[in-house]
Amino acid sequence: MTTASAPVLEIRDLSVSFPTETGTVSAVDGVSLDLAAGEIVGMVGESGCGKSVTAMSIAGLLPGSARVTGSVRLDGTQLVGARESALRRVRGREIAYIFQEPMTSLNPVLTVGRQIGEVLQVHERMSRRAARARAVELLTLVGIPSAAQRVDGYPHQLSGGMRQRVMIAMAVACGPKVLVADEPTTALDVTVQAGILHVLRDLRDRLGTSVLIITHDLGVIADIADRVVVMYAGRVVEQAPVDDLFAHPRHRYTAGLLSASPQPGRHAGTDRLTEIPGLVPVLASQPDACTFADRCPAADERCRTAAPPLEGIGGADHVAACWYPCTTAPTAAQEANR
Amino acid sequence: MTPQPNALEIADLVMHFGPVRAVDGVSLTIPRGRVTALVGESGSGKSTVGRCVVRLVEPTAGTVRIAGTDVTHLSRRRLRPHRGAVSIVFQDPAASLDPRMLVGEIVAEPLRLAGKRISRRDRDARVAPQLERVGLRAEVARRYPHELSGGQRQRVSIARALISEPMLLIADEPTSALDVSVQASVLNLLADLQRDIGFACLFITHDLSAVEYLADDIAVMYLGQLVETGSRERIFARPAHPYTQALLSAAPVADPVRQRHRQPVLLGDDLPSALDPPSGCRFRTRCPLAFDRCATEVPAQTAIGDGMAACHLVRPDGTGPDVRTADPSEVLS
Ligand SMILES: Nc1ncnc2c1ncn2[C@@H]1O[C@H](COP(=O)(O)OP(=O)(O)OP(=O)(O)O)[C@@H](O)[C@H]1O
Ligand SMILES: Nc1ncnc2c1ncn2[C@@H]1O[C@H](COP(=O)(O)OP(=O)(O)O)[C@@H](O)[C@H]1O
Ligand code: SF4
Ligand code: SF4
Ligand SMILES: [Mg+2]
Ligand SMILES: [Mg+2]
Repeated sequence: MTTASAPVLEIRDLSVSFPTETGTVSAVDGVSLDLAAGEIVGMVGESGCGKSVTAMSIAGLLPGSARVTGSVRLDGTQLVGARESALRRVRGREIAYIFQEPMTSLNPVLTVGRQIGEVLQVHERMSRRAARARAVELLTLVGIPSAAQRVDGYPHQLSGGMRQRVMIAMAVACGPKVLVADEPTTALDVTVQAGILHVLRDLRDRLGTSVLIITHDLGVIADIADRVVVMYAGRVVEQAPVDDLFAHPRHRYTAGLLSASPQPGRHAGTDRLTEIPGLVPVLASQPDACTFADRCPAADERCRTAAPPLEGIGGADHVAACWYPCTTAPTAAQEANR
Repeated sequence: MTPQPNALEIADLVMHFGPVRAVDGVSLTIPRGRVTALVGESGSGKSTVGRCVVRLVEPTAGTVRIAGTDVTHLSRRRLRPHRGAVSIVFQDPAASLDPRMLVGEIVAEPLRLAGKRISRRDRDARVAPQLERVGLRAEVARRYPHELSGGQRQRVSIARALISEPMLLIADEPTSALDVSVQASVLNLLADLQRDIGFACLFITHDLSAVEYLADDIAVMYLGQLVETGSRERIFARPAHPYTQALLSAAPVADPVRQRHRQPVLLGDDLPSALDPPSGCRFRTRCPLAFDRCATEVPAQTAIGDGMAACHLVRPDGTGPDVRTADPSEVLS
């Protein structure tokens, strides 16, 4: 999606490494991405490829041992290296987070209303009474039925889906510009997931919130994202508007991922899934190679000796880091559509 | 010629853990060589059904027959000769493989448990082709599980499950803990092995795209009971139970153009508890079509082909309203 206005969030060349006993591990290696106002960007990638570390580094949520370089600008304000007091103001008010397991982020001994209310009392200096009334509104906004009663309930009295709705209500309490949702539906059943995705989309439509949603589920991406960022071993390997990415994946990993997923209407009796051979690499450990080279059917010497740059392919809004990007061979999804 | 008994016959299976009614009257048959997927929300009792079948737990009531033999209440010792007939693969390969055992010992363990005494040489000779069958090199036998990737570990559990040449394999979420790029190879492997060896399979999962890929038949579970069963083709084309319809409509497809035109049926997410299931139809607290009778009367199973659906609104000919298109007010008028 090309938007004329400057992005709300602009990440440039972000790298994160952690010192460990066996040396420094590089978790994120030169990630750049933009989030426009009211845009939903989906981030996909395998376990350990650096999605959560990227997300946490945006508002300085990583442990103190993390070494973060590069730039994260929120409406022009630099957040990398900002003071903790400044970051605390940003968190909650301007950038809010929701995570996979809502129970661990909720306080079990406080009512739902008190927890949402506290956010409002601290950040918006609301009175306790006003905060409670606003909490009821927020719970209604995120689709909790009989919010006026639920507001006095405790987290353990709620189902997983309801708790995630409470987390979202808390996250949007102060009207943040950016909502970072790290696997918000992974622990939920599909019937409940559909409701949560609906709430996120609705918030974007009504409040204009920009959303960065992290998932490993291509169905969730197809459902909710305007634009997609594909990560592999600590790097962004492809970025494109959602339709373009699914119809014309350019990076060989993206293409492999799309054809590895079972498609509706296909059965093992007549069809084989395309496998991606080899192991998932743990980290970006090869500065002078494509990190996918070990598993890529098209890899050659060049791929093993030089890292491909992230470049525009077929338009500036579609970028991929691949020496031999896929041409427009149809993907399994396209085949299924025929 | 006497007909061969089915690989699995479960009748009126009940499994209560104290007050928790995990499984509450499930009947299910899997003919030899067929794959039945068991789908449903987490906590609906899918794994418990699997654990009753392999007798990790002893059912509260009902019967489990494997290849015609009633194994429901057999003692450990009397169960032994039947152990080889059914195997299980669990969701989390890291947790289900003993970290102190070599892969070779792990794969051979079912032989030891079946009471067979075999020499090391024999064991290695039996293990090597199993590993090869699941796409692992024979050297892997001398490694420990933590030295393998998640996908490789799941291959090891599949090799272990198949060494006794079972008639029935229970696969409990075999791909859920794996990376997407690795899931395809495990699904392909299960499909290949199933076709070549011909075992029957109870494939427990919540991944509907994997169900469509692998299953011949589908059983849909809700809060301890089956609400619908049928062939893959019929269930995907014409789901009859409102829960099945909602489930299929809610699972997003990995294709943005198609997904944009789909409308998920949004159910409330107040899931009832297995401690105190709703009266009448257990789905009624979330069913968009629920009406008075649903609270007072347990819906009977209406036969549809070889399967069934348990809903008051399904007509004797197997047709009924579809929550994906129906306006609730019209259905009931
Ligand atoms: N505090 C830390 N110290 C050392 N290494 C870390 C730390 N936090 C994360 N890492 C490493 O950084 C890499 C990226 O981790 P991250 O949590 O971002 O993965 P992810 O893409 O979110 O994976 P998942 O899909 O499993 O959530 C991993 O190799 C992880 O082990
Ligand atoms: N050993 C046990 N003790 C008590 N409750 C259990 C036990 N095993 C399962 N349950 C309960 O039984 C229900 C069904 O569980 P399970 O079969 O694991 O569901 P599924 O596999 O469909 O997610 C759940 O409410 C679960 O908490
Ligand atoms: S750069 Fe080479 S190895 Fe990397 S994805 Fe492209 S073709 Fe494959
Ligand atoms: S019996 Fe009633 S509540 Fe149950 S599925 Fe049918 S219509 Fe819905
Ligand atoms: Mg993560
Ligand atoms: Mg389970």
